[in-house]
Amino acid sequence: MAHFDENAKPFSNKWLDERIGLNTLMRVLNTEYWIPKNINFLWAMGMVLAATFGILLVSGIFLLMYYKPDANLAFDSINYTIMSEVGYGWLWRHIHGVGASIVFLIIYIHMFTGIYYGSYKRGRELIWLSGMGLFVAFSAEAFSGYMLPWGQMSYWAGMVITELFAGGSLEAVGLVEWIRGDYVPGDAYLTRFFMLHVLLIPLVIIGLIVLHFGTLRLPHVNNQEGEEIDYEEAAKLYKEGNVKESKVIPFSPVFLSKDLFVMGVYFILFFYLVFYHFDFAMDPVNFDPADGLKTPAHIYPEWYFLWSYEILRPFSKDIGLIAFAFAQVVFFLLPFMDRSPNVAPAHKRGLFQIWFWVLLVDMIILTAMGKLPPTDPTFAFVGLVSAVLFLLMWPILIIITKFEKKIEKGA
Amino acid sequence: MQENEKGRRDFMGMALGACAAVGGVGALYAAKRSWDPLPSVAAAGFTEIDVSGAQPNVLNVEKWRGKPIFVLKKTEDMEKDERDVIVGKDRFLIAIGLCTHLGCIPAYKDGEHKFKCACHGGEFDASGHQIFGPPPSPLVIPPFKVNGTKLVLGEEGPEYKKMKDAGLIA
Amino acid sequence: MRELKILAVVVFFSLLTYYLVEPYAHHEMHKKVDADGNEIKIESRGFVYDGAADVEEAERAGDKELVAKKKAFWSDVKKISKLKGNATAGEAGFGMCMGCHNGANMNMGGVIPPSLDHAGAIYEKDYLIALIKDPAMASNVDHKYADTMTHPMGSIKTMFTDDQSIADVVAYLMTKKAGEVTPKEAFSEACMRCHAMRYAKTTQLGDTPKFKHEKDALAHKIKVIEEQDMVKAYMGKLPPDLSMIIRARGAHFMETFIENPQTQLPGTSMPRVGLSHEGYEKVKEYLTEIGDPSKKHREEVGPWVILFFIIFTILAYLWKKEKWRGHH
Repeated sequence: MAHFDENAKPFSNKWLDERIGLNTLMRVLNTEYWIPKNINFLWAMGMVLAATFGILLVSGIFLLMYYKPDANLAFDSINYTIMSEVGYGWLWRHIHGVGASIVFLIIYIHMFTGIYYGSYKRGRELIWLSGMGLFVAFSAEAFSGYMLPWGQMSYWAGMVITELFAGGSLEAVGLVEWIRGDYVPGDAYLTRFFMLHVLLIPLVIIGLIVLHFGTLRLPHVNNQEGEEIDYEEAAKLYKEGNVKESKVIPFSPVFLSKDLFVMGVYFILFFYLVFYHFDFAMDPVNFDPADGLKTPAHIYPEWYFLWSYEILRPFSKDIGLIAFAFAQVVFFLLPFMDRSPNVAPAHKRGLFQIWFWVLLVDMIILTAMGKLPPTDPTFAFVGLVSAVLFLLMWPILIIITKFEKKIEKGA
Repeated sequence: MQENEKGRRDFMGMALGACAAVGGVGALYAAKRSWDPLPSVAAAGFTEIDVSGAQPNVLNVEKWRGKPIFVLKKTEDMEKDERDVIVGKDRFLIAIGLCTHLGCIPAYKDGEHKFKCACHGGEFDASGHQIFGPPPSPLVIPPFKVNGTKLVLGEEGPEYKKMKDAGLIA
Repeated sequence: MRELKILAVVVFFSLLTYYLVEPYAHHEMHKKVDADGNEIKIESRGFVYDGAADVEEAERAGDKELVAKKKAFWSDVKKISKLKGNATAGEAGFGMCMGCHNGANMNMGGVIPPSLDHAGAIYEKDYLIALIKDPAMASNVDHKYADTMTHPMGSIKTMFTDDQSIADVVAYLMTKKAGEVTPKEAFSEACMRCHAMRYAKTTQLGDTPKFKHEKDALAHKIKVIEEQDMVKAYMGKLPPDLSMIIRARGAHFMETFIENPQTQLPGTSMPRVGLSHEGYEKVKEYLTEIGDPSKKHREEVGPWVILFFIIFTILAYLWKKEKWRGHH
């Protein structure tokens, strides 16, 4: 049994240290959790995401106090009770709506940062996989939450997306009805998606966030040059006071101080959107109550789903579904498809750099085409080409990385 | 120099912390307001009851803020009391119909002119005074305002204020 | 500096994506094109009704006869507009209006004739002239009626047969029925006969009273449904509840649609109601009051929250500078 000092005052540093290893905890998670010094503001996106998740959680709790998951009451409980009766109800709703949209912008920046700097490669595969798990969980959370206001877009998005589970020619109508609990999205559907949104998926997300942080601790975060750092030596230098020569900084307070600054800038933008520019995240069409007998003139998913939606759209039903399913999982495979031994930023990796920018631009084009009316032949054609290109990008990745030259150390 | 720098460093950290705390207080204020009763709930806190059709010695139970309200028109020969609410020429008992012991609803026995509580045997007379058993105080008079032949519950009229000042409401 | 360059790249791609999925995509989705594929620009004409929009519409449809008819009608309106109306003489004429616009809340031929108490304050003069002359042409729903006489207000043609009497009654409305109007009154007079507003507890029959007994509430509800059925039979479908319309449609859509419904929804049975600019502002104010009541509060709180984060960011930057001192 451990030694407990009789004279330690309750809740003093020493008292706590003996009981929960406070000093060890602080050291492992904060003061001696070493972060490379050679990073830029993109490395703060993780903490920005954590903060945004926190904001979504808090605003969601307040919405939960007045929201009614009932097909007859849901729309009015939000648009009347929360928006006009509850003190600052409008603030929680706007924060929640804008937060849900903007969190995906940060997720995409975070993801593409990882791809650019090769932060998914050897040693860091689990970081990438748990991160992709989070992406999927956030997508499910966003979709289930989108159902809750029970406006026209909620209803018709619910209709179209659940229809995908019929599996094209498989015609698994039974499965679709099982998911909905009804022939069309109705009361049972709304209540079960409410459960998913406020309980099951948030639990999964919290678990995955812990895992994501956990997978980060041993391999450490990557740095701008993909350099392999001898952390023991660098830490020794830092602790001896040679902070200038050392290649690392402690998570707290040095790395954190930069995170907070980046977060501050982010929150200025965030609250500008919350107060003055929210239509992009709170689609006006969804302020029309759900009507199962009237389709809105244009149905489209929220912007962050558009690229994968566009991969579904230009093909025939079955091929579209297969392509769509492929697009959903392909990013999981990235660490295993990139055959190059180099952990380096894209601009040092020759063809990979071109691949990276083509992928980014292609996904932006897919995103745009996903929203534009497919009835226009030009848009439909561009959509088809960019969808095919997206699918081809992955075999191309395997080939170009296989022939990628190994970068000599110190070169 | 080293010491000096440390002092300044702490100052910046503290300033940032203080700033964050101000924001936190603002958020807490918004959170507090979200817990407040809704305006529609607050508006429903005022109930108007018309007592012009009341029969003497027949207990009417109205609902106000979710609680039962006893409205009893007294007969001519019933004892006068300083807690009587006068509407026109008639005297009324207006009281929250919850026993002051533990909150059960007493039943009115019109033959005896008494309220009897089934829970622990407490009794009140027709003026709401406790006359037997555990109740420590008379039935509580809710805030009211006399408005012609109507009573507005939830609003403090001059008659109510007078009773309150005299310590009669409970 | 490297970080600023990276920031510029991130901002560029974010804004590009935003531009493509928001302003550009919405423009592409909602744009209207004519027969030759040219885009039709839909702009507000400042709530002035001179028939120019109607003539253009007819020209676009390629209906020469209709073009001539519209031109003739609106030039007549212009002629009457130039006449000097006599409000005193108009009062007698207004007596005829009162036969239907009497506040009795009785459905006549599809809708309840609206109150005219503030007609002079919320409607535009030339529109009122046009309306009295030919209701179907004025409200730009003549495509619905083979003969104006079948319009619920069609019989007015037999009441005001000469130009001077029209000028007189409009002069009367513009001077005697032009008092101060509240946003709610403007909405009630201009929109309520067709559109309910459940967040304001208003139906086609007006404000819903409070009922103590459920029986009375249900009886009222049946009356509302009966009224709505008549409106539905008249309009083809029940016009939507307008509680949230201010959030559900953009400012530009609202403005151009109310000014001339046919521009945004060709073929719609909604008539042009002829609001003046002031009248529209009042109606918009009421729609905002009900559908977006937090707008004012939002605009009050917004600058403070943003100011807070600017201060926070400056302090965080200074703290960061202190912490990173000596690290490079």
